[in-house]
Amino acid sequence: MVKQSKRRRVLPGFGLSMGYTVIYLSLIVLIPIAVLFLKATTISLAEFWETITDERVVASYKLTFYTSFVAAMVNVLFGTLIAWVLVRYDFVGKRFVDALVDLPFALPTAVAGIALTAIYAPNGWIGQYFEAAGVKIAYTQYGIMIALTFIGLPFVVRSVQPVLQELDQQYEEAAATLGANSAQIFFKIIFPAIFPAVLTGFGLAFARALGEYGSVVFISGNMPMKTEIVPLLIITKLEQYNYGGAAAIAAVMLVISFLLLFLINFWQWRTARKHQVT
Amino acid sequence: MIAREHVHLKSPGASRFALAPIKKWLLIGTALGFLGIFILIPLIAVFTEALKKGIELYFAAITEPDALSAIKLTLITAAIAVPLNTIFGVIAAWGIAKFNFKGKNILITLIDIPFAVSPVIAGLVFVLLYGSNGVLGPFIEANNLKIIFSVPGIVLATTFVTFPFVVRELIPIMQEQGTEEEQAAITLGASGWQMFFRVTLPNIKWGLLYGVILCNARAMGEFGAVSVVSGHIRGLTNTLPLHVEILYNEYNFTASFAVASLLALLALLTLVFKSFLEWKTKK
Repeated sequence: MVKQSKRRRVLPGFGLSMGYTVIYLSLIVLIPIAVLFLKATTISLAEFWETITDERVVASYKLTFYTSFVAAMVNVLFGTLIAWVLVRYDFVGKRFVDALVDLPFALPTAVAGIALTAIYAPNGWIGQYFEAAGVKIAYTQYGIMIALTFIGLPFVVRSVQPVLQELDQQYEEAAATLGANSAQIFFKIIFPAIFPAVLTGFGLAFARALGEYGSVVFISGNMPMKTEIVPLLIITKLEQYNYGGAAAIAAVMLVISFLLLFLINFWQWRTARKHQVT
Repeated sequence: MIAREHVHLKSPGASRFALAPIKKWLLIGTALGFLGIFILIPLIAVFTEALKKGIELYFAAITEPDALSAIKLTLITAAIAVPLNTIFGVIAAWGIAKFNFKGKNILITLIDIPFAVSPVIAGLVFVLLYGSNGVLGPFIEANNLKIIFSVPGIVLATTFVTFPFVVRELIPIMQEQGTEEEQAAITLGASGWQMFFRVTLPNIKWGLLYGVILCNARAMGEFGAVSVVSGHIRGLTNTLPLHVEILYNEYNFTASFAVASLLALLALLTLVFKSFLEWKTKK
């Protein structure tokens, strides 16, 4: 180990690389983020507390978490199924389907937002059938969930797919030979193997959904207390020149996002390590 | 033994699950149905809505002066943000992937921050820093500069949200390739730059291109962060996604979808290129 790290120093450029990385990272990311926390402390603690516990703010926190959670769960279910189908089965057009999964990554969120609104509006392609059944999708919480499901889907598929690909089918065959039924095989063999990846995908989709703005604003209707997500509320505060208030709400969201990011990275790092050992 | 052999000779799909074709097609059907409703229909809707009132209106919408200036600003923004993050990505990935040092995981997590931050907050931080009420506001005004509600703000916000794309693509590739080839080059007397351009760069070129393409797609399509810092001045600080929003909010749906279809085409192009690169690297 010591020998290896000594040998690695043969390569040039470590100082330059780290110096540039730290300066650029600080200028573009770290200092601006630090300024936001600084700004949040310029208002008094009482004011800070009042801002983030305001009825309308709490309602938007609840809505954002609830809709993000539901969307991430839907993605876990269908994302895992899609990954399974893409890895284990052959069918015509599989390559096309595989590429299509990434569309939410590539399609600008505003475009997704107006397209989903057009489809789920009361007179839209799908919305009209729900309207006839008395269910509104666009401009309600359901609309928000649909937009968040759209943008979160690739995270779960792309987390689970490589793990399924590497999963040795011998164990399943052995279990089947020993008389296990397919439910037992799934829950006792496949699920434990893909669970870390499923959890990572859930975390990524959930974290992305919490901050999502573009795809949601068009379909949500943006009614205070009902369909107003946190990012929109931050913009509203900003438009009222309430910089302290915007910073306070954003600071709370940032802390939550950082916790999630830290958890996900730790979890991935730990899973990768475990794989190396075995 | 013979039976086992037989199972293995078939395609990978021929596990025991394939023995139940009904179940197989049920699963495929559900997966494809979900993808069709959630992904394919929205994509089709963009083009149908855009062409609803005929091809002439479509071309009128994407060639009017405000649309053209939005296209121009989007291209300028990407032309600055993408190279900045590409250079950073290569330099940072070199240090992180080829050397051992303490705090590497922390550094990677810090680089990931823009992925975890809401685009709206990404815009907000620059308003708080460079806006007229911001920390550097007095300094910027004294020097007659304009960052927020202007092009530099849009470029900064875009650079922030696309920050990790290239570096995160390169780190695993460079790690996997190890350091032997580079060490050999150095031992044989190559200079640092010779080693980089003759050994490292050829090894990472496809991965680098992959990261650049994803970075570019996000840079051209970014909405939330840019929306906060732009001020939505028509013809001046409007990017394509913001132009889509303005037209939509004016109930000019056909024009809005026409401009959106340009962005959808960009997304499709990105996916085609991405699939091509995946196929290329697998070979």
